[in-house]
Amino acid sequence: MTTTGKSMDSKNGILNRETDFQEFVYQPQEERLFLNFGPSHPATHGTLRLVLELDGERVVDCVPEIGYLHHGFEKLGEYRTYNQVVTITDRMNYVSPFNNNLAYILSVEKLFGIEVSKRAQYLRVILAELGRIMDHAVCIGTHAMDLGAFTALLYLIRERENIYNLYELLTGTRLTVSYARVGGFARDRGIPADFMPRTLAVCDGLLKTVDEVDRLLSHNSIYLGRTREVGIITPAAAADYGITGPCLRGSGVPFDLRQAAPYSGYEDFDFDIPVGSTGDVWDRYMVRLEEMRQSVGIIRQAIANFPEGELYADSDSKVILPPKDDVYGSIEGLIHQFEIIMLNRGARAPRGEAYIPTEAPNGELGYHVISNEGNGPYRFRVRPPSFYNFQIIPSLLRGRLLSDTVAILSSLNIIAGELDR
Amino acid sequence: MALQTNREQDVMASNQEIRELVLARFGERILAAEEECGQLALTVSRDDHFELLKLLKESADLGYDILMDLFGVDYLEMGGRERYGVIYQLYSLGRNHRLRVRVPVPEQDPRLDSAVPLWAAANWAEREVHDMYGITFSGHPNMTRILCPDDFSGFPLRKDFPVQGIGYRENFEKIENPKTK
Amino acid sequence: MGIESKLGDGIITTTLDAVINWGRKNSLWPMPFGTACCAIEFMCVLGPKYDMGRFGAEAMRFSPRQSDLLIVSGRVNIKMMHILQQIYRQMPDPKWVISMGACASSGGVFDTYSTIQGIDNFIPVDAYVPGCPPRPETVIDAVMKIQQKIQQERSREYR
Ligand code: SF4
Repeated sequence: MTTTGKSMDSKNGILNRETDFQEFVYQPQEERLFLNFGPSHPATHGTLRLVLELDGERVVDCVPEIGYLHHGFEKLGEYRTYNQVVTITDRMNYVSPFNNNLAYILSVEKLFGIEVSKRAQYLRVILAELGRIMDHAVCIGTHAMDLGAFTALLYLIRERENIYNLYELLTGTRLTVSYARVGGFARDRGIPADFMPRTLAVCDGLLKTVDEVDRLLSHNSIYLGRTREVGIITPAAAADYGITGPCLRGSGVPFDLRQAAPYSGYEDFDFDIPVGSTGDVWDRYMVRLEEMRQSVGIIRQAIANFPEGELYADSDSKVILPPKDDVYGSIEGLIHQFEIIMLNRGARAPRGEAYIPTEAPNGELGYHVISNEGNGPYRFRVRPPSFYNFQIIPSLLRGRLLSDTVAILSSLNIIAGELDR
Repeated sequence: MALQTNREQDVMASNQEIRELVLARFGERILAAEEECGQLALTVSRDDHFELLKLLKESADLGYDILMDLFGVDYLEMGGRERYGVIYQLYSLGRNHRLRVRVPVPEQDPRLDSAVPLWAAANWAEREVHDMYGITFSGHPNMTRILCPDDFSGFPLRKDFPVQGIGYRENFEKIENPKTK
Repeated sequence: MGIESKLGDGIITTTLDAVINWGRKNSLWPMPFGTACCAIEFMCVLGPKYDMGRFGAEAMRFSPRQSDLLIVSGRVNIKMMHILQQIYRQMPDPKWVISMGACASSGGVFDTYSTIQGIDNFIPVDAYVPGCPPRPETVIDAVMKIQQKIQQERSREYR
């Protein structure tokens, strides 16, 4: 703003009509507001911070500031044994904890050269797909809530609560499951008899809820108005910024690691990859919604063909804990148990590096584990999908309205724990 | 919304094939090309690394169009060519292949050319390496700390930095409880 | 008895503290300061199954100036601590703080250079909730503990 109309000529105290009562002239290049969006803001779902430069309601520029949830995971991982690290991996992306367990454990198993049984692989697939559904449910729910559709969140949270119950039944805890271990799973109990039937029941209910959310939201004209043609990511930009997962598939690139480089037995399953066409917020939402349906399909296939056999790798491999009966019943089992859990002993991986990329709900998630013949990782590096997905945000926001910020931000599904590690 | 099943295109290029293609063009400037846990890893010196990355990205038959990851390693206790290393994790959508490029960085002069001109994804990743290891990337648009506060001192992921840190976390003012005052 | 018998039906006497505390305790306005995994679990506390609204504390306010109960759920690091302190200062008196989860209470599994080893080193905390993450029932229990605490408070303490 250039004129005020109030200022007095300071020298003689007389109003100067020429200069003081000019008409209000709006000069956009001078009118700038800096808005601090976050780090404690309901629409950031955590601790993101954007410094926005606004011209009226339009975003001129945006500087993301991260690190508000940096807790030194990678440093901590270098001071823990291979199995202890599992507990810190599921605090990384806390919306889908088991997918983190799985990604980490696959790299470590590669390092040790362990192949787990088909039964274990299938159980991992079931748990990982449940995690994917949970992640997408929270993402869609909070995204809808930010755009004013609160009902969808309540429906989806109800479904997530059911999935939590399944996790609790199997692993004993709701959120931070820490269930995978090198060579199998935490060995405290087998699969409860009613786990599979209950999973199927949850899947049925889930499909209903997904359809309900679909009917509520997908073709709602308010929702369409706020999401169509908003925040478009082109395939070229996505490749440039290293964007993966639903954000990449929303742009029409059918890249899904479950098919491009199958791991943990995904080659046995039949499923489709949903892809969008324009790469806007609506496409990303639709990809997530459809992926939930596909995940249900995968879970059903896994349960229908659930293989018989042993859940754990051979305990002679000296990596996995022996069965509890052996520990209490034989001296070899006891020694074996101590060998593994004592901090200065433990299983030692051969020198080398391993990286197995997996398709986490947000994109490519992989743990690059470097071993120096120790009982824990020498270097423990996470390839966090959110970290790479978040970089594009300034270019998506420039020139958009402030209210679009919320839609775009929530459609990228940035999980701060994974972003900052 | 379309559904796709793309099993047919998903043929993975073999490590052997890629290795020959790269060696044919870069010759002995590749210091090592070995296979580690199923992945091909190339080692180049830091003078050549930008050129190699450019070649990998731009040549039509390789086409590593996505920089999946970029991170540092401190080889202090492991031994190696140099104290630090920077690892690039590349992926080619067209060939469905993954490649690792490792660049040793000496302790005395931790400096490397930035890859931001090739991939925008390198921007924050390089800042993170700078923050954690103190390696400077020349040509980077904004070489500042990213995860730690600006006034943090030390480089946390170096092996000689203690896990508990050096006192920053105790360094805040204490607010007293108004009820017990 | 006493004065009440003179006043007739429909009038009761009480102390000012009791009536103020009764009002305060049944209309807590929490401000969720959610950072990490515990915040995800905190969503369940508000969700359909557990529903904290039953205890008079469902009016979530994301502005510290409108709330009197700060629920710190999740890890706090060295970059975030200043912000937490600022939010605490911005809240009007009287105010209470719940530290939810192992991380907020003690640093939890993160004994690292950037994690605050318990927010009570730097801001006052009234109730701690154990667990990693705590179950929703435990959080509701903490809210009820705060209510008990409010019941015993004296307005004299705020000067
Ligand atoms: S206490 Fe556990 S669940 Fe809560 S923030 Fe800390 S690590 Fe996450």
